[in-house]
Amino acid sequence: MTWLQAAHSALHPASAQADRVGRLYNFLLIVAVLVFVAVMVAALWAAWRRRPIDEDTSPARDARAHRVIFAGAAATVAILFVALVYDLALGRSLTRRATREMLTVRITGHQWWWEVEYEDPTPQNRVRTANELHVPVGQTVALKLASADVIHSFWAPSLGGKKDLIPGHHNELWFTPTEPGLYRMQCAEFCGLQHAYMALEVVVEDSKKFAQWINAQRKPAATPPDTLTARGKLVFESGPCATCHAIAGTSAAGTIGPDLTHIASRRWLASGRLGNTRANLAGWIVDPQRIKPGVLMPSNGLEPADLQALLNYLASLK
Amino acid sequence: MKRAVAAALMAATIAACDREERRFRELPPSASATNAVRQSELQPGGAIVEESTYTKYDENAYALSQGKRLYEGMNCAGCHFHGGGGIGPPLMDDEWIYGSDPAQIFKTIVEGRPNGMPSFKGKLGNSQVWQIVAYVRSMSGLGSRPASSARDDHMKVAPNLQLRKAERPRNSFLPPSTQQP
Repeated sequence: MTWLQAAHSALHPASAQADRVGRLYNFLLIVAVLVFVAVMVAALWAAWRRRPIDEDTSPARDARAHRVIFAGAAATVAILFVALVYDLALGRSLTRRATREMLTVRITGHQWWWEVEYEDPTPQNRVRTANELHVPVGQTVALKLASADVIHSFWAPSLGGKKDLIPGHHNELWFTPTEPGLYRMQCAEFCGLQHAYMALEVVVEDSKKFAQWINAQRKPAATPPDTLTARGKLVFESGPCATCHAIAGTSAAGTIGPDLTHIASRRWLASGRLGNTRANLAGWIVDPQRIKPGVLMPSNGLEPADLQALLNYLASLK
Repeated sequence: MKRAVAAALMAATIAACDREERRFRELPPSASATNAVRQSELQPGGAIVEESTYTKYDENAYALSQGKRLYEGMNCAGCHFHGGGGIGPPLMDDEWIYGSDPAQIFKTIVEGRPNGMPSFKGKLGNSQVWQIVAYVRSMSGLGSRPASSARDDHMKVAPNLQLRKAERPRNSFLPPSTQQP
C-alpha cells in the first residue's frame, strides 16, 4: 500500500518563512562546523606538540596562557550570543502578524484526520474539506489551528515550521509559499493510536489553478447521473455513513467525520494512508479497523450491491 | 526468608497484572440475540428467570470511553444531558422505564421509544451501540467501576464514576403508558 509521500524537509524550504529558518539553520551549521574544526585542530596540535626540555615557567608565560583561555571563552560567548540574537529576532519576526490581506483557513485536528475550512465573509463561499490544503503560490496563508479532542501539532517543515493544535485554545500560523508543488504535513504531537498516519497534503499551485479548485469546491455535490449512482446516494443518506459524514446538497449532515462533498477530487483517503482508488475506498468502508486499527470509523457490513452503488456514488463526487 | 517471601509475593502480584486489551475488530454480541427482549415481567405460565446480558463492554475501559465519546457525538446529551435528564429521562438514577439490562438498553437505542427517543437503527454499528450501552449503564454505577473514566470533558454532575455508589435498578417493568418520561 502506498501512502502520502511528499516533500517534508526543513532543508528544502518552499516558503518565505521556511526559507529564513533554513538560512538560520545553514548559518548555525557553518558556524558549528568552523568552531568544531578550530577546536579539533587546536586539540590535535596540543596533543602532538612535545613539551620542550627548557620549558618556560615564568609568570609572564602563565599570563599569556590565561589570555588565550579568556579569549577562547569570550569568543564562545560572543558566537553563542550572536546565534541567540539571530534566533530570537527571527522567531519574533516570524510570529509578527503580516498586515496584508490573507487567505484564512481553519485547521481542526481530530483523531486522526484534519478538518480544513476556508473562511469567507459570504457563508456559501466557505469551503469544507479534509486532509488536503490547497494554497496559491505567493499569497500569505493564515492558518487558524484548533483541536477537537487532544493535542495535535501541525508540522510542515518545508512551508511553515511546527505549531501545536490545543483543545480550547486557538493558535495561528502563517506562511507565504514560494514554490508550487506537493508537501507533506504530519501531526507532530503523539495523539493516539493512528498518530503516525495522520498526514495532510499541501498543494501549492498557481493562483489560476487555485481559483479553479476553490470554485469547484464551493459547488454542492453533483446530482447522480444514473440510477445506480442514485441508489448509492440513498445508501449513503439512509445508512450509517450520514451519521458522521456530510455531503453538501444532500440530507447527509454529520459533523463527526470528514466532509465528503468532493471526495473524488482528493488524492488520498484516510488522512494520507491510502491512495484514492475504488478498491482502497471499498476496503476502507468495509473494514477500516484493518487498515488503521482504532480509527473511529466502524466497520460497515454493507450488502455487495449496496457497496458497489455507494462506490459509484462516491466516485461521482468530483 | 521474610524478604524472599515478600519479593516472591510482589513478583506474583506484578505478574498478575494484565494489560487491558483494546479490541477493534471484535464481533459484537449479535443484535439478533436481543430480538426477544422482555419489556414486561408478566409471563404466561411459569416465569422464566433470564440471565443478564452483561457484556464484555461493561468492564472494558476502552469501550466505556468510546461509549462516552459516542454519547456526546450522537447528541444523547441533547435530551438526557450528562445523566441528570431534562427533556429525556435521567440515566444516572435507579429508575429504568424500559429496563436496565444491556440487551434492553440496546433495544431502546436501536428501536427508539415513545415520547421522543429516536431510533438509531442502521445509523450506528452494533459494536458502537454496545459501547454506548456500557457507558449509559456506568452512569448509574452499573458495570465495572474501575474501568469507568474518572475524568469528564463537561461540567461534573456527580462524583466521578469510579467513586460513586451503584444505583441498584428498581426492578419494575411498569407499562410505559403509566410512566411518562
